[in-house]
Order: sequence, then structure tokens, then C-alpha cells
Amino acid sequence: MSTTQVSQARTERVTAQRVKRRYAHNGAALLFLAPWLVGLLFLTLGPMLVSLYISFTDYSILAAPSWVGLDNYTTMFTSDKLFIQSLKVTFTYVAVSVPIKLIFALLVAMLLNKGIRGLGIYRTVYYIPTLLGGSVAIAMLWRKMLGGDGLLNGVLAMIGIKAPDWVANPKYALYSIVLLSVWQFGSSMIIFLAGLKQIPPEYDEASAVDGAGPLRRFFYITLPILSPVIFFNLVMQLITSFQSFTQAFVISNGSGGPVNSTLMYSLYLYKKGFSFFQMGYASAMAWVLVILIGVFTLLVFRSSKLWVHYEDGGKS
Amino acid sequence: MIGQRNSAAWVVAKHVLISVIAFVMLYPVLWMLGSSFKPGHMIFTETWFWPQAWNWQNYINGWTGIQGNPFSRFLTNSVVLSLGSVLGNVISCSMAAYAFARLNFRFKAICFGLMLMTIMLPHHVTLIPQYILFNHLEWVNTYLPLVVPKWLATDAFFIFLMVQFFRGLPKELDEAATIDGCGPVRIYTKIIIPLAFPALVTTMIFTFLWTWDDFFSQLIYLSDVSKYTVPLGLRLFLDSSSQSDWGPMFAMSVLSLVPCFIVFIVCQKYFVEGIATSGLKG
Repeated sequence: MSTTQVSQARTERVTAQRVKRRYAHNGAALLFLAPWLVGLLFLTLGPMLVSLYISFTDYSILAAPSWVGLDNYTTMFTSDKLFIQSLKVTFTYVAVSVPIKLIFALLVAMLLNKGIRGLGIYRTVYYIPTLLGGSVAIAMLWRKMLGGDGLLNGVLAMIGIKAPDWVANPKYALYSIVLLSVWQFGSSMIIFLAGLKQIPPEYDEASAVDGAGPLRRFFYITLPILSPVIFFNLVMQLITSFQSFTQAFVISNGSGGPVNSTLMYSLYLYKKGFSFFQMGYASAMAWVLVILIGVFTLLVFRSSKLWVHYEDGGKS
Repeated sequence: MIGQRNSAAWVVAKHVLISVIAFVMLYPVLWMLGSSFKPGHMIFTETWFWPQAWNWQNYINGWTGIQGNPFSRFLTNSVVLSLGSVLGNVISCSMAAYAFARLNFRFKAICFGLMLMTIMLPHHVTLIPQYILFNHLEWVNTYLPLVVPKWLATDAFFIFLMVQFFRGLPKELDEAATIDGCGPVRIYTKIIIPLAFPALVTTMIFTFLWTWDDFFSQLIYLSDVSKYTVPLGLRLFLDSSSQSDWGPMFAMSVLSLVPCFIVFIVCQKYFVEGIATSGLKG
């Protein structure tokens, strides 16, 4: 296209070649995408449709599904007290653990940011809980540590405080899981650290010269520049927190107890599907979860216009 | 103000603060490590983590296993499952990523969009139909439902990660290879894969960790104790948990965390990059 005078015929030939090049690798692409395509059809898209269908049925896996219309969905919101409880537990968990975790991650990242010696070692140490925290081993440790005669109460007893069994008390059990989640702030911290490195030190210095104190500099420089990273961390944490399962399962020994105080949404879904074999109901719950996560993510995205600042005017 | 911040006292104070937070944070892990060497009755009475004597009895008792199944069996099962998953993810995801990053084909935009959508999708939605499908295939209580999806690139996140990486590799290499008569298959095996080492390692590390720690799907699909993996095996200790079992339970917990730890120490560079650039969760 570099010459200005090209004949009609040549243009046509070039476009034909372009089209050909555009689809030049149809065969090879099919070969390379074959595993993914099979997975997409049989393990993702197909199951999604089936799941949607089953959610309108009563299905126990032993007998054929029978159509019940919207019954599963209406039962959930009108007469299933445990479902409402699981929503409450999950919302509380998300609302408490996500902000605390992010604030903590940001504070530690800021402590580590300014040219401190041994950054690599500190970063490693702070990441260890995140590395190990998702495992059953740590969930079991947590349960033992916060139990009646566990480590925490041992320490509290030394300073003369007689504390309850945190895991067995319905008032505190959920917060022991929150603590476990906050403890794993490592990956958010690493992302914050990467974000903080992008802030040119001149900004800070210039405003310090202008007489801005550390607090002002934090709120007027650091936070706005970091807001895209905060936004990213917030979305990631929201999505994963809504789905958390292992910790609640292990700490409550699969029951969601005491008195359903740790009955997370995923845990209740699991019980409905695989303990009571109410596959239809569990599928309906899965779709409600998708909608919930979708709505919350959308809200965060919408709100981002108000508080997320992109320096280059919107290009990532 | 700036001068004050960089003064020696401030630097020392900062190091002390950071170290104290780090110690408090790591204390649970240290306590578990120490407790794994203590006799059962001393675990609750001692809050200081350092054991008075290094007693390996808990490891011996834990290793002989539970309900007639040696712990080595759970470990072997987990290793097999993890290796199968790692290989599957690396091969199938890198293939798909190569197609998205380098090949021109019909419906590319739609396929790419679908791939991105599956990253966001909570697995709960496909959980039950997949279970029904695997149940029909009589795969329940085998490792197939856990491994086969990895060979079909269902962890689309890694496709995305590798697409991003492949796009950063110079296109001139492909063009030169094409002129020399290489087709897409040879370009993929001889050029892209060797150059994509960092992305492949990141995929391997995180697939390994996620499979090693995965509890939900192993809980659903495995029912024979002899087929149990480490997470399921560990939970048996909790079920039978009289206080005297704490020691062996902690010992095997520590053992179960060792592979994660080794991978982390050896591959630290890839960890930090993987998390910082793409938000991978550890």
C-alpha cells in the first residue's frame, strides 16, 4: 500500500491475499486448539447449558430429572433458612476479610517499599503464609491453634486472659476463618509492591518540598496513583472470597458449624449437591452465585470511575 | 522531613517493626514445625515453639499411616496426580496459546472471547454436570476427572498468561523460520516453546501448587481411602483426632508442606514475576 497509484487489479489481488493470509492457518489452528475446543465444548459450555437446565429440575442423579420450573430458585429465597444463613455468612466474610486484607497488604508493602535492605528476604517471609495457607494442613493447624486449649489461648493465659474456644463459639468461628484469610495477604502485597515501584520518587519529593506531610502525600499522591492496582486486587479478592471453601470445610469439619456460623455459600452448595444429592438445587445455587459475583464485580467496575485514576487517561 | 525519614534510627525502627510482624506471622508455622517434634501431651502445655528434644517419633507414627494406609501412599497418589496435571496444563495450554498468539484463523476473536469468559466463570456452574458426565463414564473414584480436564486446557488462565508472553516474542523469528520452510508445528516446538521457558515454569509451579493443595475436587471424586491424596489423607487424622494424635498429624502436615516450600525456594524469581504481572494467587 506504499505506492499511491495502484491498479484496480492489483488492489484486488492484494485483498485476496490478505484474506488468504488472515485465515492462512485454519488447519494448524484447529490442530493446536483441538484439546481446548474439546474441553470448551464438553467440560465448559455443554455443562453450563446442562447446569442451567438441571437448575429448573428436581434431580438426585439416581432418577431422571423432573421439571419443577422456578421452584428451586423461589425455595431458596423464601423458605430455605440455611440458604439465607449461607448468604449472610458469605457476605460477612467477604465484607470483613477483603478490606482488612487489602489494607494490611498495602501497609506492609509501603513499609517494604522505600529502598529497605533485605527486601527479598522480607518479601519471601511475608509470602510464606500465602504459599501454604490454602492447604488442608494449615486449616487443620488453625483449628487446633484457635481451639480451647490451643496456642492462642495459651498465650492469652500467660497475660491472664481466659478466652473462649474460638472455633467452637458461633460468635467467633467465622472470624477465625477471616483471620486465616487476612493472614494470606502475600500476593496482594507483591502486586502492591510492584505498583509502588512505578511511582516516580520525584512526585513525593516535590510535594514534600511544597510542605505536604506524610499523610497528605499518602492520600493525594500514593493512593490515587495506586488506585488501578487497588482496583485490580479488590476485584481478584472479591471473586475468590465469594468462592472460598476449604478453610470453612476443614475448620468446621464439613458441617459449617457451630450453629451454621461458618456455613459458607460453597460449603452449603457442596452439602446440597453431594451430601443430600439435590443436584437441581445445587445447580440453581451455582447460577445464583454466578449472578452475585457478576453483580458485585459490575458494581466495583462502575464505582471505579469515581475513584480509580489512570494517569494516561484510561489506557490500562 | 525527608532527611529525618532516612535517619539511622528510623531505618532500625523500620527493620525491627518489619521483623516483629514477620515473626508473629510466621509463628503459627514455626509452632507447627516445633510441635511436630514434641510428644502429644506437651503440645498444648507449651506455647514456645522450640522443642526441648528433637523427637522423630511423631514422624514415624504418622508415616505408618492411618486406617491401614501408609502415608507414603497418599504422597505417591498426590505426586502422580500433580505430575499428570502439570504436564497436561503445560502442553494443552501452550498449544492453545500458540494458536491465539501466532496463527490466523476463522472465528479467532470469538474463540478468544470465550476463552476469556471461562477464566471468570466460577467452577461451581460446571461442577454438577461434569460430575454427572464423569459418573456416566464411570470415572468417579479414579484420577481421570482430576487429570483429563488439565489435558483439555480448562485452566484457561494459563492460556491467557502464555498468550501474553508469546506475543512478546519477536515475530521475525517466525517469519525467518517460515522462509526456511518451517510449518506452524515446527515453529511451535523449535522456537516458541524453548523461548517461553519462564511462562512455562510459572504455569508448572502454579499448577503444581494448586493441584497439591486442591481439596474440593479430590473430595468429590475420590472415595477409596487407598486412592486418597495428601489433603484427604491429612483430614483422616483430624477425624480420629484424640489429643494424642496431634503429634503425628502435625508431623505429616509439615511433611505435606515441604514440596510446596522447595518449589517456592527454587523458583522464587518466577513466583514474584508471575504474581506481580498477572495477579496469580499463590
